[in-house]
Amino acid sequence: MSINSKYQAVIGLEVHAQLSTKTKIFCGCSNKFGSAPNSNVCPVCLGMPGVLPVLNKEVVEYAIRLGLAVNCSITTKSIFARKNYFYPDLPKGYQISQYEEPICRNGFVDIELADGTKRRIGITRIHMEEDAGKSIHDAGSETLVDVNRCGTPLLEIVSEPEMHSAEEAGKYLFAIWQTVKYLGICDGNLEEGSLRCDANVSVRMKGETKLGTKTELKNMNSFRNVERAIEYEIARQIEVIEEGGTIIQQTLLWNAEKNIAAPMRSKEEAHDYRYFPDPDLVPVLVNDEWINAAAQNLPELPAKRKVRFITEYLLPEYDAEILTQERTTADFFETTLTGLTKKNPETYKAASNWVMNDVLRVMNEGKTIHPEHLSSLINAIQSGTISGKIAKEVFEEMSATHESPEIIIKKKGLVQISDTGAIEKEIESILAKFPNEIARFKSGEAKLMGFFVGETMKVMKGKGNPKIINEILAKKLKN
Amino acid sequence: MAITKNDVEHIAKLAKLEFSDEEKEKFTHQFNDILKYIEQLNTVDTSNVEPLTQVIELHNAFRADEVKPSTPTSEALKNAPDKTDEYFKVPKVIGS
Repeated sequence: MSINSKYQAVIGLEVHAQLSTKTKIFCGCSNKFGSAPNSNVCPVCLGMPGVLPVLNKEVVEYAIRLGLAVNCSITTKSIFARKNYFYPDLPKGYQISQYEEPICRNGFVDIELADGTKRRIGITRIHMEEDAGKSIHDAGSETLVDVNRCGTPLLEIVSEPEMHSAEEAGKYLFAIWQTVKYLGICDGNLEEGSLRCDANVSVRMKGETKLGTKTELKNMNSFRNVERAIEYEIARQIEVIEEGGTIIQQTLLWNAEKNIAAPMRSKEEAHDYRYFPDPDLVPVLVNDEWINAAAQNLPELPAKRKVRFITEYLLPEYDAEILTQERTTADFFETTLTGLTKKNPETYKAASNWVMNDVLRVMNEGKTIHPEHLSSLINAIQSGTISGKIAKEVFEEMSATHESPEIIIKKKGLVQISDTGAIEKEIESILAKFPNEIARFKSGEAKLMGFFVGETMKVMKGKGNPKIINEILAKKLKN
Repeated sequence: MAITKNDVEHIAKLAKLEFSDEEKEKFTHQFNDILKYIEQLNTVDTSNVEPLTQVIELHNAFRADEVKPSTPTSEALKNAPDKTDEYFKVPKVIGS
């Protein structure tokens, strides 16, 4: 038994999702990422005295959507609070957040681990708040501050501390990522920080019910880093305890290059936020009518869509999983299906293969493909106009030029040759060139069939109908 | 619950303010006097009263998600004691 199996890790995640609303949470400044520094600012988000924040209704709408998607109850009367601390990227000296009455409470997401174990992870609360600005520390002896991000709407999603491994935390984060993307409320870009994850990690002896001292991990800007940082921190805490030490409650920053989590060194250490209700903002009342309308507008969520793909299109679970990971992929797939002339499990599976292997690949390369064009391509294979091999060539051309497969096939003369007479003529000349191989084939080297097919294809520049080539070859070689 | 000098020092630290010993003593007394005065409210029975979070009897004051013009960067930076063309400049915050 290893040392690690004596211990149980306890992990809770705080995920911040930047909302993709047009404007900030409390003012009409643009919420666009990547604008020139300090250009999307106004007296409200600059924290000038005497200004009044006014809540963006869309933020509440997004919060309700997310709450419903992760099985939360929506708070009928929710209020805003001030979280007080001094930091240069927070011009007001307080962050407007929610404390006592968050908009959503008591939800959960279901996750499945690599070994098939299913777990339900509780969500304590989801609250609305504003983001802080951005400090740039690597500019000489001073810190530069960009206030553009101040007032960017955030939803903070707080899990129950009930995950026990880095894998569980990774799967939970993935579920949140997937959900916000399906809902279209956040672009989910971990690298750019539009979805951020902090982890509270502690360890305790197995069987112990009291929580150990926790540390907070920050600065993990990819799924991989979240898992690596948590693994690192669990191992570190166990080592400290094994050596007779105690865990110090502190914030650690993950350093992805060095593969370590180091204590955050900041001149701001006092964490005493002195929350109190923000007198500038009035309560948010959400009635059943609002909740029902939001529920009706929810898209089909990934778990449900996956099951439907399996039952409706008879796809393997693996395919359904890959296709529904992102809404854009699932939408692409289903749009492709609507354009198929033959709709049956065979063509559905063909479409699935194209999307999983080729569409996702070219999309990752930053290229685009029209689903209608993929439908046409699959139709062309089905009707025998082109072979599967030529189709790959057409596909690459499609992603490069965005032309329809019909045009590409015509332009490049790729129509499949299914004329038996023409194929037979080519085969006869091939066979005349390889008497030795024919002899070897006839004496039992069956694998040479592939050689003859290949040679014929070569001469026909890949346009020969492989089915007919095989048939004719088989007939000829039998004699 | 009486306020001690330690509490005053803590609050001063949170507010990024520094005081002399004399001032701290004075504030300790003043804090206690204020709290004692406010404590009179504790004599009222509020067991059946919902906590008040807002004195204005309004709710759902919303804004539509429509972009309004922002302040030009030069205007935004105008009052800053130290700045570049695009940024506010502050003393380094991360200790090295």
